[in-house]
Amino acid sequence: MSSSLQIHGLTKRFEAGTINEKLALDHLDLSVPAGQFVTVLGANGSGKTTLFNLILGKMLPDEGQILLGEEDITYQKDYRRALNIGCLFQNPLRGTAPNMTLEENLALAYTRKASRSFFAVNRRDNAFFRDQLAQLGMGLEDRMKTRMGLLSGGQRQAASLLMATIARPNLLLLDEHTAALDPGAAEKVMAVTMEITARERITTLMITHNMENALRAGSRTILLSGGRIALDLTGSKRARMTSGTLAEIFYGGRAG
Amino acid sequence: MLYHMFLSALSQGLLYAPMALGVYVTFCILKTPDLTVDGSFVFGMTACAAVTIAGHPFAALLVGAAAGALAGLLTALLQTRLRIEPILSGILVSTGLYTVNFAVLGGQSNLYLQSAVVSESGAVSNVSSKTVYRLFGALPACSQGFLSDANAQVLVLTLLFVLLLAALLSVFFFTRPGMAIRATGDNEEMVRSSSINADRMRTAGVMLANALVALSGALICQQQRYADLNCGNGMLVMGLASVIIGQVFFGRRGIILGLIGAVSGSLLYRIVLQAAYKVNMPSYAVKLLSALIVVAALAIPAARKALAHRRKGGHRA
Repeated sequence: MSSSLQIHGLTKRFEAGTINEKLALDHLDLSVPAGQFVTVLGANGSGKTTLFNLILGKMLPDEGQILLGEEDITYQKDYRRALNIGCLFQNPLRGTAPNMTLEENLALAYTRKASRSFFAVNRRDNAFFRDQLAQLGMGLEDRMKTRMGLLSGGQRQAASLLMATIARPNLLLLDEHTAALDPGAAEKVMAVTMEITARERITTLMITHNMENALRAGSRTILLSGGRIALDLTGSKRARMTSGTLAEIFYGGRAG
Repeated sequence: MLYHMFLSALSQGLLYAPMALGVYVTFCILKTPDLTVDGSFVFGMTACAAVTIAGHPFAALLVGAAAGALAGLLTALLQTRLRIEPILSGILVSTGLYTVNFAVLGGQSNLYLQSAVVSESGAVSNVSSKTVYRLFGALPACSQGFLSDANAQVLVLTLLFVLLLAALLSVFFFTRPGMAIRATGDNEEMVRSSSINADRMRTAGVMLANALVALSGALICQQQRYADLNCGNGMLVMGLASVIIGQVFFGRRGIILGLIGAVSGSLLYRIVLQAAYKVNMPSYAVKLLSALIVVAALAIPAARKALAHRRKGGHRA
């Protein structure tokens, strides 16, 4: 079951009160209905990552409110809200424990929703993991006893994606999660992302710098600039948009 | 003579094995240096001494371990709530514990496990307190053969304790909380994003580690029949040396091999020490030797790198 995401007047200043004060998010409003897949564009410093950090609770906002479904999560502890939010970052190392096996990593990620069992790794959950890994089509189902650190970047990111979604989160945040992979692996991980989010109907925000991906994936594209939403594309307007025009707006917006 | 020395080395190694396991938990599993060890070891010792003298030798071991867990809790709270550097947190708690330990020993720096008894005639005599080793030695099975030797009794009883402990730990680290503690040392961010309170896991790990360290102190207190404030000096380095020696033989892979390695390392360390005494090394040289073992082990990666660089034909005229 996925939830809607409502953001009202979200504001974050860094180094407030000094000459270096930077307004990272400027009274940002965003309403994402349950199950929608939104791609997020924006130049460096436009506030994308700050937005994600505030939703994840890695930092707290100065003003504003974040609602996940009916629940106000604005000031909730990061590990508490992680019960319903999955996230994945550019660096495949961030989402996994390198010295633990693939099955242990999955078991840990699954702890949120798993059946109560004495041992973390158990036969019933393992059958489920094997099934899920097989669906990735990367042969990972035969490497469940392999230490995570020995997998390639692409394999590791695919496994992280599975870890982020295995507990069926209500919201999924993807921060350039294919940017560090080679083109083949990136395409594969992207395809798996689309498949999982469509199948589970997870509300998703995906940061990307790839204009084509931004328009192809999901049903809505937003462009952040100066901590605000500068462009919000849906429906026919989005269908008519080309990556070339989008790039013009993107770079034009940065210049201006 | 050699047999007795070997026996005594093994007993010592086993008595210090829980401490090595504790150091393994913080340094290798949580990957956070914990300097509470020197203090929590003595805290286990003094708490155990007080309860042993009161006449409860088994409860004394548990109280000793609980005292260590309490010390660990304080260190962990400094780390997670006040965000004080782990190394400094340990030093602060360890320093503060000195006063606590002094108080537990009744304002003196050492305490023998005995209590004064006034006989009917009014004469005061000291009666030595019951310890788990004494109770074990009084069993009928210990009246003859191999077990009639006091050193052998210590060896066998401590071996039972250590085996039980190692077995419990190797099960624990595969349960959900145990695995979460391991993951916290490996990638804390991933643990938090799996909706697990990483601070709580870290706290549990540090408490467990110090309980193990203090249990060592408690066992040694009952074995040597006294508690002394200075027994904890250099404990951390000895524990590290044991863990590192264990890693040389059992590698760094896998939690069970790691636990076995820590126990074996503790045994080997004591055997090396006994051998050193045999060649007339003075007892005060122990700490230098321990420090050298740790430095040598920690220098291996750097030395390997330098060697590899040379082989590749690094610039050297």
